[in-house]
Amino acid sequence: MLAPINISMESLNIMTLAPMLIPVVGALLILMIDVIKGNLHKSLYVTLSLLFLAMDFFSLFNASGIFVKDGTILGMFDVMLIDGLALLAQFIIVIASMLFIPLALTNKRFHEFSYPEFFALFLFMISGFQFMVATDNMILVFVGLETSSLALYTLIAMHNRDKSFEAAVKYFTMGALAAGFFSFGAMIFYALTGSIEIHKIAVVLAANGYADMGYVLVAISFMLAAFAFKLSLIPFHTWAPDVYEGSSATMAGYMSIVPKIAAFVVAMRFFEFLVHSDVVWLKIVLYAFVVITMTVSNMWALVQTDVKRMLAYSSISHAGFVMAAILIGTTQANSALFFYWVLFAFTNLGSFSMLWISRQKDLPEYQMSDHSYDKFAGMITTAPVAALIMGLFMLSLAGIPPFALFWGKIYLISAAITSGYTVLALIMALNSAIAGYYYLKLIVYMFMKEPVMGNHGQMYVANATLALRTIIGIAAVGTIFAFVVINPLLEFITTFVYNSGY
Amino acid sequence: MLDHILSLLIFFPALAAVFGFMIQKESMRVYGVAVSVIEFALSLWLWYAFDGNVSGMQFMEHLPLVPSFGINYTLGVDGISVFIIILSAFFTLLGIGSLTDTKKVKYMIITLLFLQMTMAGVFAALDAIVFYVFWELSLVPMLYIIGAWGGPLRIYASIKFFLYTFAGSLVMLVGMLFMAYFYYQATGVWSFALLDWYRLILPESFQLWLFAAFFIGFAIKVPMFPFHTWLPYAHGQAPTIGSVILAAILLKMGTYAFVRFSLPLFPDAAAFFMIPIAILAIIMIIYTAMVAYAQKDMKQVVAYSSISHMGIIILGTFALNVEGISGSIFLMLGHGVVAGALFLLVGVIYDRRHTKMMSEFGGLAHVMPRYATIFGIMMMASVGLPLTINFVGEFLSLLGFYQQSHILTLLAGTGIIVGAIYMLAAYKKAFFGEVTNEKNKNLPDINKKELFGLIPLVIVAIWLGIYPKPVLDPINNSVKSIVQLMHNKSTTELAKKRIPNLVKPKVVVIDKTIIEEVH
Repeated sequence: MLAPINISMESLNIMTLAPMLIPVVGALLILMIDVIKGNLHKSLYVTLSLLFLAMDFFSLFNASGIFVKDGTILGMFDVMLIDGLALLAQFIIVIASMLFIPLALTNKRFHEFSYPEFFALFLFMISGFQFMVATDNMILVFVGLETSSLALYTLIAMHNRDKSFEAAVKYFTMGALAAGFFSFGAMIFYALTGSIEIHKIAVVLAANGYADMGYVLVAISFMLAAFAFKLSLIPFHTWAPDVYEGSSATMAGYMSIVPKIAAFVVAMRFFEFLVHSDVVWLKIVLYAFVVITMTVSNMWALVQTDVKRMLAYSSISHAGFVMAAILIGTTQANSALFFYWVLFAFTNLGSFSMLWISRQKDLPEYQMSDHSYDKFAGMITTAPVAALIMGLFMLSLAGIPPFALFWGKIYLISAAITSGYTVLALIMALNSAIAGYYYLKLIVYMFMKEPVMGNHGQMYVANATLALRTIIGIAAVGTIFAFVVINPLLEFITTFVYNSGY
Repeated sequence: MLDHILSLLIFFPALAAVFGFMIQKESMRVYGVAVSVIEFALSLWLWYAFDGNVSGMQFMEHLPLVPSFGINYTLGVDGISVFIIILSAFFTLLGIGSLTDTKKVKYMIITLLFLQMTMAGVFAALDAIVFYVFWELSLVPMLYIIGAWGGPLRIYASIKFFLYTFAGSLVMLVGMLFMAYFYYQATGVWSFALLDWYRLILPESFQLWLFAAFFIGFAIKVPMFPFHTWLPYAHGQAPTIGSVILAAILLKMGTYAFVRFSLPLFPDAAAFFMIPIAILAIIMIIYTAMVAYAQKDMKQVVAYSSISHMGIIILGTFALNVEGISGSIFLMLGHGVVAGALFLLVGVIYDRRHTKMMSEFGGLAHVMPRYATIFGIMMMASVGLPLTINFVGEFLSLLGFYQQSHILTLLAGTGIIVGAIYMLAAYKKAFFGEVTNEKNKNLPDINKKELFGLIPLVIVAIWLGIYPKPVLDPINNSVKSIVQLMHNKSTTELAKKRIPNLVKPKVVVIDKTIIEEVH
């Protein structure tokens, strides 16, 4: 007869679940409100979501205090792993979400925001991402990944245009394939090592000296494919531009930041031990992924005629750029990844929000697509402030100092140099020059061309409300004055990454 | 206040530019002139307070920016940089003062003030990253000036200008990061401070690679042959004010950076690459002079002659001795004054006739005597007539290089003769002979606003040609210390031979009486 298992509540360390449970509670509350009294204005849901995200942020703050004092925290049968990476990633996720959700308060009425389900799904999605980064158990990673992805597909479809259905279905099929790859890879690792926890897999593989190299390589290939889908690395990127185009501009901006940081953290946990082991093949493949992704997506971005698609390709390129950090795998590189992503979050959310406030309900005749370049021609004469802010975001994305992304770029390139990747550093630098062209293209349209007939500049700020202006203001200030905060930010990130052993 | 005068010089125009958005359109011109007068006065004050006998850095400022990564906001000037800062403030004043009727004049003045910030920043920065920040930032206002106010091909020209320089400086950035990493390896601390880097002696093989990385960034900016192709487009399409600032100040960033970075950081590599770079410089001098002779457009003549003169500056810099480097720095100032003035003069005639083709003109000396006089003086200065500003710099540069190679210096000298040919030919075509074109018969002579820009330049060009001492002495002092530093740092035989040692071995004479007293 089996003896009953005794587990003390203390060893469960329920507090580790708090940051994930807060958005879940919020989502349930929003659903209950809807059951009791329907047809409420979206501002209620936006504010509620913001409040729950603020509480989430507070609990993260609390957890990071404990982390600084006692080091890594385990909980819930050691499935939850709250280390520096988990905390940093969750900070980025929550802060980016807090910047995103007020963008729902547009001037014009958009379909999706009138449903409370949108906000409930949004909060469920955040908790999914948080689970994904705060564990090294591959089953929980999978659960988090699927929770968040399924919610995200629905959020995209709720934009309710032909293209957004196409985008959601495309993303769904591709995502399902990626999930399949992930589970296959995890399965092989389980077969090889008898564990689904990444650190145990590392220990077992190292102990038998990577004896079953063939199986390891197959498993890594599956895993690589899965991550490449999530991070939209070429050639697994095909969904990205269409999905970005089909979803609303804010959602596209959000997708270029939050799901990717979650995937980056899992990739970092997973590839860290492999990159430092003898699996040379993995290094070569990752190197190829990094170089091809940055360069080829830059080329594609050059020929786009729509600003949103251009930004989609540019986000792919940035993801490739940052993937170099995983390849390099030193503490400096891993810190640079988070550092870069924080700065990127501000700038990229800002530039997508600028597209969002200029979103029209109906297209005028001369405009081919929602955000074609022509639309922005001569913006400096019709809407100078908006043009200046947009230009600022473009310069920052191009890596012109002293704006935000420049600091991320030099830190990451420096990480490549210190670990001997000289050629990679040069390729990364030169790619910034290629990227300069398509960011300049928008600046050229805005500042150097004459406005198209019948454009009075009203449409650039058609959607602007106080909430949207505030968010864009925060992003712009963050972009310009980044140099003030980089030192504390860098020290904070480096301490967290270093103390988690990465 | 004097402790922070460099920060003031940098950020005063930027602050003024931000406030400029609030100014009403009609008052903008006055505001621009007022701000640039204050800026110029500040720069003169800097000169007044500057001690010409000190060879090291003065007015140093230090503020930690990213201490954990070794980036600090460090500023300082020595004899090399102080005059270029003054020159940039001077040209901003002249440029805004003589600005002709342009569309969107408010944005133009705001852009020029931002440009002044970046120019002062580049020449005052003593931290590589701060230097890089201003270096890159200076591209943005110039991009806008060319792209928004330029000729029909303006967008192509502005993008070419931006991408060319941007790509080059990214390679330089990689070099800078490497340099900081080597410093970290040697000392255990990250530092981007230039004065820290000066103390670092690198093995020759590293020097060669790093020199190449920095060279790409600087050579594109200068622009050196074969990277010069962006410049004729930029000049051809840019409005007058854009060409003036570009030729007078922005190009000097490249040559200044050679003196500030490449030479003291990599003396062995500089000595190693001396001859190849000198050959490139001579190709620049002769080839672009010939191209200039073939031009039909007056502005292109000035543009190519400007590249040709930059070649002499490079040659002087890579003479690696005091005469050559001092001469090249003085020529930077001289070329700034002369090329700036020539572009202003071309702008004068373009405003009247909306063409720059020399075939359209002829006999202008009859119609516009004052204009022809000023143009003549400036053309002579450009050719390098003795007692004008360019003569001093050209002579010293060539004198410096003569000590390294006689033949190459002779070749460079022929380039200067070609320079005289194309300039005089252009002058003859445009100004002498009969007035053949009806449209030229009633052209008004130069007006007050244009004189405001040109007269000070004429004065400076002649004053510094006759009496260059007040400027040349401080330059000389600082250059001496740089050359000595290079000599001390160099490790190879070649470099020791090519870079002179300025410290004479001291003969110790001990006075007998002292020895007796000790006993």
